Amino acid sequence: MTSLDKPGVVAGPRSGRPRRRRVGAGGRRGVPLPLLLPALVALAFLLLPLLALLVRAPWHSLPDQLTSTEVWQALQLSLVTATAATAVSLVLGVPLAWLLARTEFPGRRLVRALVTLPLVLPPVVGGVALLLALGRNGVIGQWLDSWFGITLPFTTTGVVIAEAFVAMPFLVISVEGTLRAADPRYEEAATTLGASRFTAFRRVTLPLIAPGIAAGAVLAWARALGEFGATITFAGNFPGRTQTMPLAVYLALQNDPEAAIALSLVLLAVSIAVLAGLRDRWMTTS
Amino acid sequence: MTRSVRRTRRMLQLAGAGAAALMALSACSSSSDSKDASGSSDTSSASPKVSGDITVFAAASLKESFTALGKEFEQEHPGTKVNFNFGGSDTLAASITGGAPADVFAAASPKTMKIVTDKGDAAGTPATFVRNQLEIATLPGNPDKVSSLKDLTKSGLKVVLCDKTVPCGAAAQKTLDAGKVELTPASYEQDVKSALTKVELKEADAAVVYKTDVKAAGGKVEGVEFPESAEAINDYPIVLLKDAPNAEAAKAFIALVQSAEGQKVLSGAGFLKP
Amino acid sequence: MTNPHHTTADDTHPHPQGPPGLDAHLVVDRSGFRLDVTLTAAPGDVVALLGPNGAGKTTALRALAGLTPLTEGHLRLDGTALEDTPPESRPVGVVFQDYLLFPHLSALDNVAFGPRCRGAGKAEARTQAAAWLERMGLSGHAGVKPRRLSGGQAQRVALARALATRPRLLLLDEPLAALDARTRLEVRAQLRRHLAEFEAVSVLVTHDPLDAMVLADRLVVVEHGRVVQEGTPADIARHPRTDYIARLVGLNLYRGQAAGHAVRLDAGPVITTTEELSGPVFVAFPPSAVTLFRDRPSGASARNLWRCEVAGLETQGDQIRADLTGELPLAADLTTVAAAELDLHPGASVWATVKATQTHAYPA
Repeated sequence: MTSLDKPGVVAGPRSGRPRRRRVGAGGRRGVPLPLLLPALVALAFLLLPLLALLVRAPWHSLPDQLTSTEVWQALQLSLVTATAATAVSLVLGVPLAWLLARTEFPGRRLVRALVTLPLVLPPVVGGVALLLALGRNGVIGQWLDSWFGITLPFTTTGVVIAEAFVAMPFLVISVEGTLRAADPRYEEAATTLGASRFTAFRRVTLPLIAPGIAAGAVLAWARALGEFGATITFAGNFPGRTQTMPLAVYLALQNDPEAAIALSLVLLAVSIAVLAGLRDRWMTTS
Repeated sequence: MTRSVRRTRRMLQLAGAGAAALMALSACSSSSDSKDASGSSDTSSASPKVSGDITVFAAASLKESFTALGKEFEQEHPGTKVNFNFGGSDTLAASITGGAPADVFAAASPKTMKIVTDKGDAAGTPATFVRNQLEIATLPGNPDKVSSLKDLTKSGLKVVLCDKTVPCGAAAQKTLDAGKVELTPASYEQDVKSALTKVELKEADAAVVYKTDVKAAGGKVEGVEFPESAEAINDYPIVLLKDAPNAEAAKAFIALVQSAEGQKVLSGAGFLKP
Repeated sequence: MTNPHHTTADDTHPHPQGPPGLDAHLVVDRSGFRLDVTLTAAPGDVVALLGPNGAGKTTALRALAGLTPLTEGHLRLDGTALEDTPPESRPVGVVFQDYLLFPHLSALDNVAFGPRCRGAGKAEARTQAAAWLERMGLSGHAGVKPRRLSGGQAQRVALARALATRPRLLLLDEPLAALDARTRLEVRAQLRRHLAEFEAVSVLVTHDPLDAMVLADRLVVVEHGRVVQEGTPADIARHPRTDYIARLVGLNLYRGQAAGHAVRLDAGPVITTTEELSGPVFVAFPPSAVTLFRDRPSGASARNLWRCEVAGLETQGDQIRADLTGELPLAADLTTVAAAELDLHPGASVWATVKATQTHAYPA
């Protein structure tokens, strides 16, 4: 009987150090060439265009370009709308992710596929679809217009809607993945302690998956910031109201490539600043 | 004004540098190209021997008429195939100067054509083959009773214009300036088709677009002519490109566009004769 | 506090308002598996559900907690029917297998979670939680996050968290399985003390017979979703009724037909016992009662002597457990020295013998 107590290998302090040592050893042994070469090509492929942007940037005229009010208007609008779209995505997307991850209902797989549709849909098509749904003459939009006098196209709200439409799936998929990876028994433990399912979600699940939600929010925010097709189709293009940075870049490219490059640099710098700021979270969750 | 002048000058400098670089690059291969081109130059329009694919970059407003002409061309010259790339003239010009393989460029404005000629990417001088005039596109039946440019400033009326950076936008601005009309649109659309789409979908009440676009939209919009449009009649230049992979066939296509037959198709689409 | 050591297994004392304690008939049907067990326990009882993996122990526990719905049957606690009560409204506390302490909350807030959910204010819940931690000897760890607690400490926080809701039924799922062997001894003793102090019903699930025997007053052995044996630890250890239980308590167990001192085993050979019985019986003897010889022992009586083959060897402390096949499959314990002298290795043929005085026969 004492056999049960016997296999007394001290398991405690074994976890940390050898693993680190193993990684180091792997590094010293070198990376296999069939992996290293494509990896380097991929890296070059991703970085070269950005590098080209820097090389060809009109550095001497940059101060002029960047002090124009149009640039700041567009940048401000971009930041505000991307953040608002992320907020909308969080408020609506996290519950949807929970529903997809934690409940069983008929057609759940279909709903999941539909949720991801905006990921593959060309954003312009998304913009047209939004017009058909929420436009002044749209399926729902006509009622919004006649009952409340609300029209969404050509408004800043329209920009937020277009960006949220494109960005929310990123958040939903990311959060759903985190939820699936999270142990649902924590929620069960909470219910045995007297928590309702909602309390369990709010006080246990939400804090547990916070890093995943943050990662999803960053993804969504980045996607919203870069959104072009759905925005210009649904919300149009008017400086200060619906002209976000990508729209300004695109239109500047028509007749003033230097201005377009300058705008792109600003967008790039802001994106890098934000992503770098969130790097720690980002790294630990993905 | 000064700002735009500065911009053009800068553009010219940029274009000059680019052209020099391009010439340096293509120096070694140019001899064989020119030999081919000169050898086939006299067999242009009359010869039925043209064959192969040609690629035509054409302004979006030419879509319907050029597509029809392309079919006609393929019938006249069996064994040929005409591929089109319709888009905003600026985008097309940028692709051509960026090295996109094309035989023919038909632009919606001399200004965009200039981008290509300045870079030395055109073979020969562009020729104006049609002209286009602006019109106001309103909802079917013109429910807002728009009859002049000034009517577009009525409060509550949602009007969309093309962005000033694209030809239809620049032209619209010219007419507004001429009529001394101050108009704040709901949106500056990225090209004429998306401006028109906004009216077709009834999201906007009116748009200033080309006659040809109104015509192409069929009954979905109603066109209203306005006198100031005479101030901004747009020339459409066409040119054979220097690096055309199939120059012979390309020349034949340009000839077709300029022929009486081609002009009939184009005026049927609402274009004015040059 | 009631006396925790109820020695009797029958606890269906008549009671005017329905019997206090647990009265459950749990039936859960789940894709090809059917759990059907009856559990009764008086307040203060500690019942262990013992069984191999997949026997349905955890399903039974989840059914008691309300995390898995009952297909049929009933569940009454202190006379109140709970079948249709959602888990959050049941007076049931659960200590989960790996504790499931909320990693983002301190030990104190983990324990305060239950009282908070049951309506206490924040300050009140924390006061209660602090008192529970003190009872568990963890006052110094109140502000610590679970990942910084040792296994034994985490176990006590989990117990405090479950008890803080003042449950009438405490469920423990493999309460010691997550611990390494050294802390296990210590925590087992502590847990025994805490369970003994607990005035309501405790049900613990384990596959470890030692945990079950140390912690519980009564064992309920579950196999294939059914109760196969029930009784005090001592009773079950002496009279195992299935191979599983016999193996658990470390006995060789056979079923056979007794005629006087001789029992003809279902496996074939006859075994001589001290008891004099007739009819179907179980015969059991511990592996340590078996003696092995490389050659047929000369002069020894031919009784209880079988020719076997070594199927496997396993070191258990300073002992070696030999798994034998042949005339009679059995387990034998011998010292490392003896194993070396006999030159035992898988495939070696040996003679096994057991003295009649060390066997134990009882009616099946």
